[in-house]
Amino acid sequence: MAYSFPEEVLEYVFAFLSSHKDRNAVSLVCKSWYEIERWCRRRIFIGNCYAVSPQIVIRRFPEVRAVKIKGKPHFADFNLVPEGWGAYVYPWISAMVRSYPWLEEIKLKRMVVTDESLELLSKSFKNFKVLVLSSCEGFTTDGLASIAANCRNLRELDLRECEVEDLSGHWLSHFPDNFTSLVSLNMSCLGSEVSFSALERLVSRCPNLRTLRLNRAVPVEKLPNLLRRAPQLVEFGTGAYSAENQTDIFSNLVEAFSGCKHLKSLSGFWDVDPAYLPAMYYACTGITSLNLSNATVQSPDLVELIIQCPNLKCLWVLDYIEDAGLKALPSYCKDLQELRVFPSDPYGAEPNVSLTEQGLVTVSAGCPKLQSVLYFCRQMSNAALITIARNRPNLIRFRLCIIDPQAPDYLTLEPLDTGFGAIVEHCKELLRLSMSGLLTDRVFEYIGTHAKKLEMLSIAFAGDSDLGLHNVLSGCESLRKLEIMDCPFGDKALLANAAKLETMRSLWMSSCSVRRCPSSNVEVMDERGHPDSRPETCPVEKLYIYRTVAGPRVDKPNFVWTMDEDAVLRLS
Amino acid sequence: MRSTMIDFEKTELRLGLPGAGGGGNEGETSRNSSGKRGFSETVDLKLNLNSNSSDGNQVEDMKQKNIIPASADSAKPPTKAQVVGWPPVRSFRKNILAVQKDTTTTDVNKSGGSHMAFVKVSVDGAPYLRKVDLKIYKSYQQLYDALSKMFSSFTIGNCGSQGLKDFMNESKLIDLLNGSDCVPTYEDKDGDWMLVGDVPWEMFVDSCKRIRIMKGSEAIGLAPRTVQRCKNRC
Repeated sequence: MAYSFPEEVLEYVFAFLSSHKDRNAVSLVCKSWYEIERWCRRRIFIGNCYAVSPQIVIRRFPEVRAVKIKGKPHFADFNLVPEGWGAYVYPWISAMVRSYPWLEEIKLKRMVVTDESLELLSKSFKNFKVLVLSSCEGFTTDGLASIAANCRNLRELDLRECEVEDLSGHWLSHFPDNFTSLVSLNMSCLGSEVSFSALERLVSRCPNLRTLRLNRAVPVEKLPNLLRRAPQLVEFGTGAYSAENQTDIFSNLVEAFSGCKHLKSLSGFWDVDPAYLPAMYYACTGITSLNLSNATVQSPDLVELIIQCPNLKCLWVLDYIEDAGLKALPSYCKDLQELRVFPSDPYGAEPNVSLTEQGLVTVSAGCPKLQSVLYFCRQMSNAALITIARNRPNLIRFRLCIIDPQAPDYLTLEPLDTGFGAIVEHCKELLRLSMSGLLTDRVFEYIGTHAKKLEMLSIAFAGDSDLGLHNVLSGCESLRKLEIMDCPFGDKALLANAAKLETMRSLWMSSCSVRRCPSSNVEVMDERGHPDSRPETCPVEKLYIYRTVAGPRVDKPNFVWTMDEDAVLRLS
Repeated sequence: MRSTMIDFEKTELRLGLPGAGGGGNEGETSRNSSGKRGFSETVDLKLNLNSNSSDGNQVEDMKQKNIIPASADSAKPPTKAQVVGWPPVRSFRKNILAVQKDTTTTDVNKSGGSHMAFVKVSVDGAPYLRKVDLKIYKSYQQLYDALSKMFSSFTIGNCGSQGLKDFMNESKLIDLLNGSDCVPTYEDKDGDWMLVGDVPWEMFVDSCKRIRIMKGSEAIGLAPRTVQRCKNRC
């Protein structure tokens, strides 16, 4: 069969397809398209590092320049995945070193990265440009020193919420004097102090620097010097934002911030002294993203700052903002798209702030573009949820955490089934949902019926029986990731929906009632010993099921067991 | 009087969800969930500290639930037992309140009886500073050895280990101070710059806020007592 277009033309056309889904679809059209596409794919996304092996990836895609890999399941963020579970990046890096010498970008999330991996990558990829590590761990500042010293063309070094063993701050001083290519530096998760003079010189000599997120150890008096050297900054994160009473610091800050005419994003703000917040006002007109989730100041000071940002699209803030502060958003920040309210005292027995469901209701009513919500609070009602759902049918992410597990509707004492039911019914484009509060099997009926676009669902302390899980697995057509903790779901729903599990990236169940599982790639985590060593009626601690073409993994720790095919046949 | 006696109901640790037993929190009883579920009954464990703690089943269940008993802080109302993973808050966001209290009182460098005493060390002419924990050393000699190793790549004059060792020898002190060799100095609690070595080691660790290794010619103005002592001896 003759080709309709020469290969070069097809390649040229494929280059316009940036979405992985589109690329994957193209590769399924016919064998020749599969071949052409695989030779010209430059960017790879691997949502689960155990779904495929480095060898398989390299065999299929020989010319990759950028990889993004995710490792541990999401609940690892909340300490539910034991230490030593896996997600080591070293095998990936060592395989890529041999096959992708021109690799430019590595982005990792929830993976274990060692200094050895960082050193290997820094010395092997001559054109390495971008390193983004999100929620990763396993490395020290020595690993960062290798990156700084060896990656001559580095553009981005972005450490987001990583757990780094902080030996000292002098890794930063390893950037050579002739290194000028830096565009983005995010060191906000590091503890120790870097040399300020080294930092200033680095900032001075990198004219393309647009993102600079400092760590807490950089005191506020150092900011003016840094900002003056980088007035082109678009994203800036402060360090500790307070100082002993010195009036010239304030005026220096005002001058420095007003010189930054391109700022769109601000973050940092540890240890805030509210008196220093107004220094930023001149920079606020262009701000679209404000991360105040470290700022322990009270509502009036927070509001004063937020209302200076009429173009605000994304706000992360502590619950110190209170209902009163949230009321200001519709009037001053009409374009708000994303709101995250974090708890200042998640383990306190009593509420320490006056933040209730009302704050969220007000924002939902007055901010027409609101589409993404993460909200921690201590009380909720079905009425409020129904109002929110009706106000904002354009929601695509809704994550609500009512701090008390199984808290009912505080007005009627009923479960919150109808409230969340309204959310899934009205918000037809909902992609991600996290629920909390008192929930019965009914809410899962609603979800199975309405949440057709839902891709990720997180549940805790909810449901009454396997019927709940069955409704989700059989009804949610687009479901890719399901994570469940402390729900009375057992084997039945899993057995009845075994085929569904093949269409999903992963399923996590911990502290549920699952004893045996039908799927072939199931990891059982149990620190008490092999599942067979306990009576059949005893549920497993944790279950992690994911689809894979790589077979059972070879780097399992001693508390993880995988079920093999024989076991599956025997037990079902 | 009943109010002054310890209310055993309140101090008894209970691992259960709110409303399923009313564990020590008055405000919750009014929110008692109407449908008590069988599930919550299996979770509702009573960890009675007076009873025999070697009950295998309870330990087993507790491990299964990974429940951390609430800390018994008599100043605050008893916090509920915490389930691992709930509420879903990242570790770095967990201690906001505690951190806020800390920052109002402490200076980052204050050791105040803790087991660490990090101080900044600068060497004239070196491109960056270092930090050392004084509490890991037991004597001035150990400190000098460590500093020499740390700054060996930029020896300024005779600022290598020999130079610092000579410092111990008071008869050479005058030569050092008069010459261009480097001299370790420190800033004490009062903000004064002192010559390292005058006071006993422990006193030094408690009062030292930062260390600066200066060129000898600059150090003449410091600690005149030491200079005087040397003059008297020699």
